[in-house]
Amino acid sequence: MTADRVVLGIESSCDETGVGLVRLATDGTVELLADAVASSVDEHARYGGVVPEIASRAHLAAMAPTMRRALDESGLELSDVDAIAVTAGPGLAGALMVGVAAAKAYASALGVPLYGVNHLGGHVAVDTLEHGPLPDRCLAMLVSGGHSQLLLVEGIAEKITEVGTTIDDAAGEAYDKVARILDLPYPGGPPIDKQAKLGNPKAIAFPRGLTGPRDAKYDFSFSGLKTAVARWVETEQREGREIPVPDVCASFQEAVADVLTAKAVRAARDLDVDTLVISGGVAANSRLSELAAQRCAEAGIALRVPRPRLCTDNGAMIAALGAHVLASGAKPSPLDMPANPGLPVSTIVVQ
Amino acid sequence: MLVIALDTSTPAVTAGLVALDDGGPRSLAERVTINPRAHGELLMPQLLDVMTEAGHELADADAIVVGAGPGPFTGLRVGMVTAAALGQACGRPVHPVCSLDAIAAQADVTGQLLVATDARRKEAYWAAYSGRTRIDGPHVQRPADVPTEGCTAAAGELAEAFDLPVVEPRYPTPVGLVAAAQDVLGTEPAPLVPLYLRRPDAELPSKRKSVLTRGAK
Ligand SMILES: [Zn+2]
Repeated sequence: MTADRVVLGIESSCDETGVGLVRLATDGTVELLADAVASSVDEHARYGGVVPEIASRAHLAAMAPTMRRALDESGLELSDVDAIAVTAGPGLAGALMVGVAAAKAYASALGVPLYGVNHLGGHVAVDTLEHGPLPDRCLAMLVSGGHSQLLLVEGIAEKITEVGTTIDDAAGEAYDKVARILDLPYPGGPPIDKQAKLGNPKAIAFPRGLTGPRDAKYDFSFSGLKTAVARWVETEQREGREIPVPDVCASFQEAVADVLTAKAVRAARDLDVDTLVISGGVAANSRLSELAAQRCAEAGIALRVPRPRLCTDNGAMIAALGAHVLASGAKPSPLDMPANPGLPVSTIVVQ
Repeated sequence: MLVIALDTSTPAVTAGLVALDDGGPRSLAERVTINPRAHGELLMPQLLDVMTEAGHELADADAIVVGAGPGPFTGLRVGMVTAAALGQACGRPVHPVCSLDAIAAQADVTGQLLVATDARRKEAYWAAYSGRTRIDGPHVQRPADVPTEGCTAAAGELAEAFDLPVVEPRYPTPVGLVAAAQDVLGTEPAPLVPLYLRRPDAELPSKRKSVLTRGAK
């Protein structure tokens, strides 16, 4: 290829409608041009979690306006777009289908190739927009309301292998549930992080899930931790004692950050990689990033965390992965491609 | 003028190219597949087949007409978002029409017509027409609760659920969609809002979830 190419990315796997634009240079580097996101998070707040039908309706209403905003932000027109990438999965079936159908129509109308890509790979690829190309091998930890994964990345467009995952709740889900126990607002991450800064992380010894000698080394479990918090709070209430919300938050957050960073560093050592990428909505958590920085420094591991805006779901991450896939020379996805709610992480692009 | 017509409000995945002139709408090519689970997979390939058969590019169309339901939600959204994206990419107006109106527009009936499609959960989406004018609906109700008095025939995929003579069509057709939109083509398009008729299924949580009383997962 002799010219830069513009790649458009569409994301609709959960409650954010995202459209992003990136420029793929001839040397393979990828630059962010625009990142427009419409979120339906406020509509889900009263339900304490994402309601799939509400999310799907919001995607339909937001698709064309979000596209318009992304184009305006970049100063480009749709006719400048050379390829389209869309989240094909994993995610909510009805929500994914809105983005996939839209992407097929945009690609057909523009006469450009369509790439149905993996949402999880997008969370890793987005870091290249901020910190440049990834090393040949690296470990990625994805933490959000929907994901808790350790991934071995051997070429962002070539090979992604799941090393570990949660066996029950996602890390962000545990935050939401603990927030509800403490009557804090949804989503639970930001209010718990804020309270935790005022409390003592050693006040309550909450359990560290799956850290016994015989437990799966790289898998996570947050359900027991959430139950332990609930039990502790209810016992205190029964005894008529006031709940020290900051201490509960700090101790809960410490347990989450401790397990996540310990397992990530251990996996990096065992797999002999020297770079850890942390992405997903929970990556912005202050204690997680602090502890990760400390433990990675001790272990001689380079830590890469994209800025918070790029860590949460957005179209730019899909455009970024699409650009790397395009650069790798992969075949486009067929126009009868289905949305796949259970798309395995090893499938980087649907063929 | 050339009009792209799309509808995914029923198990029929419908894509067509319609020529509209003084003689009324005329189908140039169309693809219809009955498959309630594959709207997202089939619609765009079918539309491209239609354009190839008719010897046109997508950009040759002057307008897009899309059935806005009522219809089961996931499938319905495929047609709506496809139309919205095509309209945006090609710079063409997109006109939503009630999908039941499209069925009524093609039914050959004198007197009152009942149009009913499958809303699942043992309910029907329905509307009543006098000629081509909708006089009641669209609503979602159990077939037994739908007032049929004064109707002389029923059309739509649930037409058999009523004690009325059944007439064609069963599903919205490209010509029916364009016929239903005929009066608004050339005017400012209405907003692309689907006719869901039902609220999303969502339960409000209790004030606080007690993990102790629920037991372990
Ligand atoms: Zn995500």
